[in-house]
Amino acid sequence: MNVFDIVGPVMIGPSSSHTAGAARIGKAARLLLGEEPAAASILFHGSFAKTYRGHGTDKAIIGGLLGFDPWDGRIRDSQTLAQKAGIQIQITTGTIDDAHPNTALITMTGKSGKSVSLQGASVGGGNIQITRINGMDVNFSGQYPTLIVLHHDQPGVIAQVTAFVSQHRANIANFRLNRQEKGGLAIMTIEMDQTMDEASAEEIKAMPHVEDVILFKLN
Amino acid sequence: MKLSYNTVEELAQIAESSGKRISDIVLEEQSQSMELPKKQIYETMKKSFQVMRESVKNGMNPDLRSSSGLSGGAAYKMKRAVDQGRNHFGYLFGTAMSMALAVAEYNSCMGQIVAAPTAGSCGVLPAALISVMEDKNIPEEDVVMSLFTASAVGMVIAKNASISGAEGGCQAEVGSASAMAACALTELLGGDPNMVCTSCAIALKNILGLVCDPVAGLVEVPCVKRNAMGVANAFVACELACAGIHSTIPTEEVIQSMKRIGQQLPTSLKETAEGGLAATPTGCRLCKEIFG
Repeated sequence: MNVFDIVGPVMIGPSSSHTAGAARIGKAARLLLGEEPAAASILFHGSFAKTYRGHGTDKAIIGGLLGFDPWDGRIRDSQTLAQKAGIQIQITTGTIDDAHPNTALITMTGKSGKSVSLQGASVGGGNIQITRINGMDVNFSGQYPTLIVLHHDQPGVIAQVTAFVSQHRANIANFRLNRQEKGGLAIMTIEMDQTMDEASAEEIKAMPHVEDVILFKLN
Repeated sequence: MKLSYNTVEELAQIAESSGKRISDIVLEEQSQSMELPKKQIYETMKKSFQVMRESVKNGMNPDLRSSSGLSGGAAYKMKRAVDQGRNHFGYLFGTAMSMALAVAEYNSCMGQIVAAPTAGSCGVLPAALISVMEDKNIPEEDVVMSLFTASAVGMVIAKNASISGAEGGCQAEVGSASAMAACALTELLGGDPNMVCTSCAIALKNILGLVCDPVAGLVEVPCVKRNAMGVANAFVACELACAGIHSTIPTEEVIQSMKRIGQQLPTSLKETAEGGLAATPTGCRLCKEIFG
């Protein structure tokens, strides 16, 4: 925690959890997709489902999908801007089991046809936790530079990736692994104290058994 | 230098013994822990202060209305009363009220604000500081510095109690904001570090137990007007502390009791819109009208 967590963030109102946090969840999905979105469906759960209209949660999360930060005034017009950009957006409300009250699940398709899903919770003061990616459990805040490595569950993949991170003098603050099944698709999330350049992320992507790598950092 | 931000007493003692302001030692420590030059951290805070000033100005618009229709226009009414000399408790007090309403209403209308410490309580700190700065011709640099004192106190409260209405009720939001504002004002108006610490205790004691009961779950009723109350509370705490009045219960213990009270409050009174004003006949009717 530092002074700007208390006096800050600069944000579009009215709610740090229901507006600023929602914008961050949207932005996280956009970073995960890594390209212009073509369509997105958003499922609101809990308090998000009940009060999203009054808090502008819908506008904020769509703003995030367009790449806007929580302080960007364009959030107010995000629905119109998304429409103009030809992005199909669908908002529904429902229940997600065992989820934090302020949770959204975003399923998003890019212009290239690439598809991702991201579930995130707004946990207070504009801070968020990403809890699921493509149906696999994860747990990170986006406050640290984070490597998201989608890979096949094979011996040695983790060692190979973490050795690479260490060679780049990045210290690992938090590491988490989840796999769908033995030998199946798995996901590593590595939160680091130092950031890494895109070229290095590309090098990891070229490693055996690695499907995709996203270098993730929220503002 | 190492600051733990465990108690406001610690901040006061270190400032006192080094002959510096709390804001000076906090800026120094933050520069070390964030590994950034002091100048850069100061400039970032200055930018936040500019956003605060803009939000005061923008919130005075008479036509401002939130999408629910529950808020907008109160700041303008208050300011007009002050400008026409119709308010009863002096120019500074009336101006501070209008500024707190302005920022809180601008927030409800999706305006750009600085969460301080939250969006729901964003009017207290800017209103307290900007009204006093203008009334007493205080240099902007000193006001920006006082935001470091406010932040440090906020960090102590966040660490030991809470700054979230969902966890601690309104005492954690407007309460924390008024304690932060009281401390910033006390430093700004020449109070010594121990007086700053005392003003924190007084502000919090005055508001302990206040519940978070927003109508329809929106940051509007009663939040907007509670921001005005938060400034008044900050003025009370600053004035008493600067007169040399002590707090019988030490600041550290006041913050601990705030945490316990927050835990003891039922969920219905912690931002769920299930109790208090939200559960009144009018509150329920408005909720139905807004969300169907």
